[in-house]
Amino acid sequence: MGTMAASVEEISAAAPQALELHALQHLGELRSTFESGRTRPLAWRQDQLRGLLRLLAEKEEEAFRALHDDLGKHRAEAYRDEVWAPLVAFPADAQVVPEPLGVVLIFSCWNFPLGLSLEPLIGAIAAGNAVVLKPSELAPATAKFLEDNIGDYMDATAVKVVQGGPAVGEQLMEHRWDKVLFTGCPRVARMVMAAASKHLTPVALELGGKCPCIFDSASVGTGRNLQTSVNRVIFAKWSSCAGQACVAIDYILVEERFAPTLIKMLKSTLKRLMADSDQMARIVNARHFQRLSGLLKDPAVAASVLYGGKLDAKNLCIEPTILLNPPLDSAIMTEEIFGPLLPIITVKKIEDSIAFVRARPKPLAVYAFTNSAPLKRRIVEETSSGSVTFNDAVVQYGIDTLPFGGVGQSGFGQYHGKYSFEMFSHKKAVLKRGFLVEAMLRYPPWDEQKIAMMRHLYRYNYIRFIFTFLGLSRT
Amino acid sequence: MGSMPEKPRHGFGSLVTGLQEVCESGRTKDLAWRRSQLKGLLRLLIEKEEEMFDVLRDDLGKHRAESYRDEAQAPLVSFPATALVVPEPLGVVLVFSCWNLPLGLALEPLSGAIAAGNAVVVKPSELAPATAAFLATNLPKYLDPRAVKVVLGGPEVGEQLMEHRWDKVLFTGSARIGRIILTKAAKHLTPVALELGSKCPCIVDRLDSKRDTQIAVNRIAGGKWSVCAGQACLAIDYVLVEEEFAPALIEVLKSTVKRFTATPECMARILNEKHFKRLSNYLKDRKVAASVVHGGSVNPKTLTIEPTILLNPPLDSDVMTEEIFGPILPIITVKKIEDSMKFVRSKPKPLAIYAFTRNEKLKSRIINKTSSGSVTFNDAVVQYVVEGLPFGGVEQSGSGQYHGKYSFELFSNKKAVFKRSFLIEFMFRYPPWDNGKIGMLRHVFNTNYVLLLLGLIGLRR
Repeated sequence: MGTMAASVEEISAAAPQALELHALQHLGELRSTFESGRTRPLAWRQDQLRGLLRLLAEKEEEAFRALHDDLGKHRAEAYRDEVWAPLVAFPADAQVVPEPLGVVLIFSCWNFPLGLSLEPLIGAIAAGNAVVLKPSELAPATAKFLEDNIGDYMDATAVKVVQGGPAVGEQLMEHRWDKVLFTGCPRVARMVMAAASKHLTPVALELGGKCPCIFDSASVGTGRNLQTSVNRVIFAKWSSCAGQACVAIDYILVEERFAPTLIKMLKSTLKRLMADSDQMARIVNARHFQRLSGLLKDPAVAASVLYGGKLDAKNLCIEPTILLNPPLDSAIMTEEIFGPLLPIITVKKIEDSIAFVRARPKPLAVYAFTNSAPLKRRIVEETSSGSVTFNDAVVQYGIDTLPFGGVGQSGFGQYHGKYSFEMFSHKKAVLKRGFLVEAMLRYPPWDEQKIAMMRHLYRYNYIRFIFTFLGLSRT
Repeated sequence: MGSMPEKPRHGFGSLVTGLQEVCESGRTKDLAWRRSQLKGLLRLLIEKEEEMFDVLRDDLGKHRAESYRDEAQAPLVSFPATALVVPEPLGVVLVFSCWNLPLGLALEPLSGAIAAGNAVVVKPSELAPATAAFLATNLPKYLDPRAVKVVLGGPEVGEQLMEHRWDKVLFTGSARIGRIILTKAAKHLTPVALELGSKCPCIVDRLDSKRDTQIAVNRIAGGKWSVCAGQACLAIDYVLVEEEFAPALIEVLKSTVKRFTATPECMARILNEKHFKRLSNYLKDRKVAASVVHGGSVNPKTLTIEPTILLNPPLDSDVMTEEIFGPILPIITVKKIEDSMKFVRSKPKPLAIYAFTRNEKLKSRIINKTSSGSVTFNDAVVQYVVEGLPFGGVEQSGSGQYHGKYSFELFSNKKAVFKRSFLIEFMFRYPPWDNGKIGMLRHVFNTNYVLLLLGLIGLRR
C-alpha cells in the first residue's frame, strides 16, 4: 500500500515524459487484469462495491476534511451531496419520458443501400425526429431512387435525402446534428467523429470487423447437420452481397483433422447453389475489385487457394474462393476481407479458436457451428463482439428484438426494433414533487442534529431518524 | 433549438435551419404524423418494389431474391431460435471527474463501471487536490489495485491519457474540454459520454399559499446557494417569474437566504481566483451592477461572494449568456408565466429545467414543449439522488446517461446472442433462385404462414 501511495505522488510530481511512462504501465496492467477475467465474477464486483462502502464509512472524516480544504464545504453539505440521503426527495413521482433528439443525420453504406437507409430512418421517425439521409454515392442508382421517392411517400419538409460523395458528407458534418448514425469503414468513421467533436454532436458508428466462424466439426457431425451448416456458411459468405457485408463470415476456424471434410462439402455445395454467376452479387466497383485481387497476389496467399480464384475484371466478378491457411500476417488475414474470399484456418483443438479470436480486434459478430454446450458458454463468456450466433450466420440481423451494433473497433451504438427508437431518443427524467412534506434537515444553517438525521436516513435507520427529529436522541 | 458555436463554411445551412424549424414546430413529435410517415414508407416498399430490385441490380448485381431477403428482411428464415441479450463489460474505462462534487462524481461512475465488470482509471480534477489525493491514497486500499487506478494531474495528464484507446470514457466538466476529449477519442474510435454544464432555468409560477411560497423558496435557495455555492451543473442558474409576483418572491428569497447563510460556513467558497474573478466580473458590468437587489459584495481574500440576487439584468450580458456556476441569481420577469417556455427554448438545452407550480397544464406543456436532461417540479437538484432516474444531458448539456442501472448500462456492451437449431431448414433462403423461392420469401415477409405452409408442402406456388 505504501508503494502505491508513493508511486501516486511520483505521478503527481513527475515531468510529462515520466508521466507518460507511468500511464502506459497502468494501461498495460489494467488491460491484462481485465483480459485475465478478474473483473468478471459477481463475487469480485460485490467485493469491490463493499470496499467502496467501507471506504466511505471508515474514511468519512478524512473525506470531509478534504472537501472542506478544496471547497470550503460544510460537512453537512458534503454528506448530503457527495454521500447522499435519498429520503430528502420523499414523496415524489419519478418517470422517464422519451423525447426526440431533434434533427438527425444518417449515413448509409453501399452494400445494403436500401436496408441501411430505411431501418434507421424508421427508428428516427418513430422517435419523432426530422431526418437527413445521406446514401452512399457508391450505390448511385439506389441513392437516386431514394431521393426521387422518399419525398413522395413521406413528409418532405421533415425527411430529406442528400446525394453526393465524401465532399458532401464533410459539408454536412460542418453543422451540428442532434445525432449522427454512420455505417461504413473505420477510416471515414474517424473523420466523422472528429468533425462531430467540434459541435459535441453524439455519434453512433456501425463499423466492420473480421467476423470469425468457429466450426466445431466434432459436435456438428457428418450427417444432415453438416450439410445444413455448410448451406448456412455459404449463405453467410457468398450469398450476402458476395461477402461484402459487415456481418458476413470473414474466415473459418476448424480443427486440422476435419478441414478436408469441410472443404469437400463446401466445394460440392457451392457447385450446386452458386453455379451461375448471376446467383451472386458482383464486386461494387473497380477500386474494391483491385483491393480484393490484390489480396490474392501475395504468392503465399495465392499458393493457399484451394478453390476458385478466377477474376473477371470486366464484369467485376470474383468466383467464390476458398483458401487454406494463408499466412496469418498477410493482408487477407489482417484486414476485413469484404468479398467472396474465404480463408480456412486450422487449429489443433477447436477450443484454441477462442484464443485466436480474442487476440484480434472485437468483431461485429462471432459465429459458431456447434452442439457443444460448454463450448457455446465459453464463446459467449470469453469473447467479446457485437453479437454471437450459434448454428447460423447473418440471420441475427433480421431479428427485431435483438440489438444490432458493434463494440471496440467494430463500433458503438445499437439499433433495430426498439433499440432504433432509443438510439434516436433522449430519455428525459421527470420528477414531480409536492409541497406536502418539507424536510428542513436538507438546508443550512447546519448543526449536529441535522447531520445525525441525514446519517440515519442514509442508513435507513428510520426509528433513530424519528427520535433525533423529535429531539429524543443525542447525536 | 439554441445557438451553434460557429458558422459552418458552406452549403446546407438552409437545409439544417429548415429542419430545425420543423422540429421546433412540434410536427415530428405528433404520434399521428409518425404513424403516417411509417405507413408512407411501407407503401413505398410495396409500390416501388420492382424499381428497387432494378436499382439494386444496377448497383451491385444483386439477384431479386437476395435483395428481397436481405433488404426487406424475412425473419422467419430463422425459425426456430432463441434470442438473448447478454451484457458484458466493455473492458478498460476512464472516468474524468469534476472539482465541484469531487467525491461523488468519481465514486458514482466508478461503482457503475465495476458493477458492469470493467477495470477503471479515475482521473480526479486537479482543482480539488485534497480530494484527489484522498482518492489516490484510499481507493487502492479498499479496492483491487490491479483493476482500479487513480491518476493525478492536470490537463496535460488528461491529454496524455486520451492518447490511448479506452473502451469507454466518461467526462464531467466544461464543453470546451469536452470538445478536446472527443477530438482525441475520434482517433481511436473511443466511445465517450459527456456530462456538461448549462444554464438551468427555474420557472416560478404564481403560488397562492404562503406556505407553498416559503417551501418553494427554501428549495430554490437550497438549489442555488446550498449546492457548492451554486457551482454545480444542476444548480438553478436563473429564475423566470411573472412581473407581478416578482416582488413577493424576492422578499421571501431575501429573508430565507439570510437564514440559510447565517454563518459563513453555511456556503461553500468559490473554488479559486480564476473563478472568483470570472464571477466578480459579471457584477462589474454597470447595468448588471444596477440590477443587484440583494448582496453583491465580494471578498477576494476569502474567495467568497455574498448570495446575490439580480432583477432583470440585460439579457445580452455575460451573466445571462454564460453558465453562472456561482452564487449569483438573476431573476427575469415575464408578462405571463407561459412566456417563460419560449425564453427557455431560445437557449441551448439545459441539464435540468425546474418549475414551481401547481398547474398541471403548465407542467404538461413544460414537459412536452421543452427539452432538457431532466425536468423537476417543485424542487431542485434532488432528482440527482432519485433511484431509477437517469442522469445526463442532451444537446449542449451532454450525451450519455448514468446513475443506478443506467451506470451499469453505460459501461456495458449489450451482446446479442442468437441460438439457432438444425431442426428446420428452409431451402428457399438459398440460391439458386427461382420464382418459387421468391414467392416463399414474400409469404414469410408478409407473415402469410398458411400460404407459406402450402408452398412448403408443394400445394401452391
